[in-house]
Amino acid sequence: MVDTTQLPGTAETAAVPGPAGRRRRNRTSRIHGRQGLAGWLFVMPALLGLGTFLLLPILLALWVSFRDWSGLAPLDTSTPAGLDNYRDLLVKSGIVQSDFAKSLRNNLYYVLGVVPVQTALAFFLAVVVNAKLLKGKTFFRTAFYFPSVTSSIAVAFIFVFLFSPTGVVNVLLSALLPGSVETVWLNEPDGVFHVVLGWLGVDTPPGLLADHRFMGLSYWDWLSGPSLALLTIMALATWTTIGTFMLMFLAGLQNIPEDLDEAALIDGASPRQRFFRITVPLMRPTLFLVLTLGIIGTWQVFDQIYAMTSGGPQKATLTPAYLIYRDGFENSAMGRAAAIAFIVFAIILVFTGIQRFVLRGRTE
Amino acid sequence: MTAVRRATAYLVLTAAALVFIYPFVLSLATSLKPRDEVAAHPVLPWPLSPSSRAWEDILIHSDFPLWTLNSVLVTVFATLLRLFLDSLAGYALARLNWRGRGSVFALVLAILAVPPIVLTVPRFLVLKEMSLLNSYAGLVLPLAVDAVGIFIMTQFFQGLPRELEEAARIDGANIFQTYWKVVLPLARPGLLTLAILSFQGTWNEFLLPLIVVRASPSHWTLPFGLSTLGRGGAGGQTYDYPVMLAGSMLTILPVAIIFLILQRFFVRGIAAGAVKG
Repeated sequence: MVDTTQLPGTAETAAVPGPAGRRRRNRTSRIHGRQGLAGWLFVMPALLGLGTFLLLPILLALWVSFRDWSGLAPLDTSTPAGLDNYRDLLVKSGIVQSDFAKSLRNNLYYVLGVVPVQTALAFFLAVVVNAKLLKGKTFFRTAFYFPSVTSSIAVAFIFVFLFSPTGVVNVLLSALLPGSVETVWLNEPDGVFHVVLGWLGVDTPPGLLADHRFMGLSYWDWLSGPSLALLTIMALATWTTIGTFMLMFLAGLQNIPEDLDEAALIDGASPRQRFFRITVPLMRPTLFLVLTLGIIGTWQVFDQIYAMTSGGPQKATLTPAYLIYRDGFENSAMGRAAAIAFIVFAIILVFTGIQRFVLRGRTE
Repeated sequence: MTAVRRATAYLVLTAAALVFIYPFVLSLATSLKPRDEVAAHPVLPWPLSPSSRAWEDILIHSDFPLWTLNSVLVTVFATLLRLFLDSLAGYALARLNWRGRGSVFALVLAILAVPPIVLTVPRFLVLKEMSLLNSYAGLVLPLAVDAVGIFIMTQFFQGLPRELEEAARIDGANIFQTYWKVVLPLARPGLLTLAILSFQGTWNEFLLPLIVVRASPSHWTLPFGLSTLGRGGAGGQTYDYPVMLAGSMLTILPVAIIFLILQRFFVRGIAAGAVKG
C-alpha cells in the first residue's frame, strides 16, 4: 500500500516542481530525480483524463446547480439563480417539490426493500455454496453470478416480459392462487400499504395523516409503501445483484481460518453456535462492504426505470436519478438536475454514515 | 455433513440456479417463437414452431448491426486506452519514487467514492463545452481512464517481484522501456482482469450514450439502441416480445461468451472491487 499521508496538499500544488535549490534530497540519488520526472509523466495522461471528465465537471456542475440553465444554449448564457434550484426542490411548494418528494419516497422504499433482501440472500447462498464436500460449486457460482455481468437494459426487458399480463409470473401465481391472476405489474401505481389497508376497509386516510404534509406530500402519501410497479423493479435489482455480493461473501468465508472453526467444534459448540458466534462476527468487514455498495447502488437506480416505466405509472417509480435525467435532458432544467445530483450525493453520504454508525455500535 | 443436510443444500442451490438461469433460457426460446405462440405458451422454454422472424427483423431490417459495430468500436478503443493509461499510472504509483505520489494516490481513492449518477450532468457539460456531443470521441474519452482500474493496477504491480526490473535498469533500460518490455509482460493477469472489467462495463454502459449521442442515431450503441424498442409501453400487450428479447439476447451474447471462457478473471475483478470498498 502506498503511504498516502507522506505528502499533504493537493495534486495541483504538488505538481509544481520546486525551485532547483530545494532539491537537496536528490543529490544522494540521480535515479530518484529521474523517477520524479517519470512518475509525473506516467500519471499525467490519467490525471488529465480524470481531471477533464471527473473533477472539473463536478466543480462545473456544482456551479451550474446555482444557476438557471436550459442545457441547450451555451453555458455562458445561463443566469445566476442563487439557491432557487435547491429551494424549488426542498422548500417551495409546487410540482417540482412534490415530484422530488415522490422520487425520494419511492427510492427510500427501494433502498429499504432491496438492500436487506439482497444482502441476506447473497449471504445465505454463499454459505450454502461454501459447504464442505459439495460438488458442482463452480456451476452454481456461475449461474448465480451470470445476471450481474449482463446489460441492464437487456435484463430489464426480460423482466418486462416475465411480468407481462400473460407472462410467467402471472401464470405461476394463477397456478398457486385461486382464480386467474392478470395483474399488469408495471402499470400498478398504488402503494401496497394503501392496498392492504383498503382490503381492511380503510379507504380514506385518517385526518391526521392526510392533513399534515412534508415536502408537499401528505404523511399518508409518504406511508403508501412501494407500488407493484416499483416492487417489480426491486425484484429485478435484487436478482441482478445477488451474484456479485454472493461472490464477495464467498471470498470472505474462504478467508476464515479453518482451525478457528475446528477449535470451536472441539469445545463442543453446535453448528448454530459456530455459525452465529464465529462465522457471522468474522464476516462483519464483508457485510460492511456489501451494505455500503448496496446503499450506494440502490440510491442511483436509473437504467431499469428508464427502460421499464419512465417513472410511471402516475410517478410511482420516479427516482431522483430518473429526475436528474428528466429535468435536465427532457425538461431543459439543467440547473435543477445538477442540484438533484448533489442532494443525492449528500443522501448517499448520510445513509452510508448511518450504516457505518449502526454497525460500529454493535461491535463495541 | 449429513445426507439430509446435503440433499437440502443441493435442493436449495438447484432451485436458486433455476431462478437465475430460466429467464435467460425462456427469453432465448421466446425470441424464436411466433408472436401468437408467445401469448399461448409463455412459460415453455423452447419454441413449438420455431420462427426466425424476430432475428431477421433485428439483423436485417433494423439498425442493430450498426449499433453492434458502434458498441464494438467504443468498447475496443475505450478498453485499449484504459489498459494503457491505467497501467502507466498504476506503475508510477506502485513503483516509482516521486514527489506527490501520496497525494495523487489519495486523489484516486477519493474519486473512487464519487457515485456515477452525480456525473450525469457534469459529463454532459464538459462534452458540450468541448463540442464532443454526438461523436465517438464523446463516447470513448470519458471511459478512457478510471480510478478503479488505476487502483487495481497499482495493487497488482505492488505484488510483482522487483528483481527483473532492477536487472533491466542495470542493463541500461530507461524507465519507460522497463515498464513496456519487462513489467507489462509480467502483468498479463492483471491486465486481463482490467480488460474484462472494462469490456463488460463499456459494453453495458447505458447512461453515457443516453446523454451524449441521444440525438444522433448513427452513433447509438447496442444497449441504447435496444432501449428504444421498449420506451413508453409500460408493460402493455403492445410489445413485440420476440424482437425485444432477440435484441436483448444479442446484447448479452458477447459478454456471456467471454464470461463463460474467462470466468476466473471476472471473479478476480470482484475481489478487486471488494478491496476497493
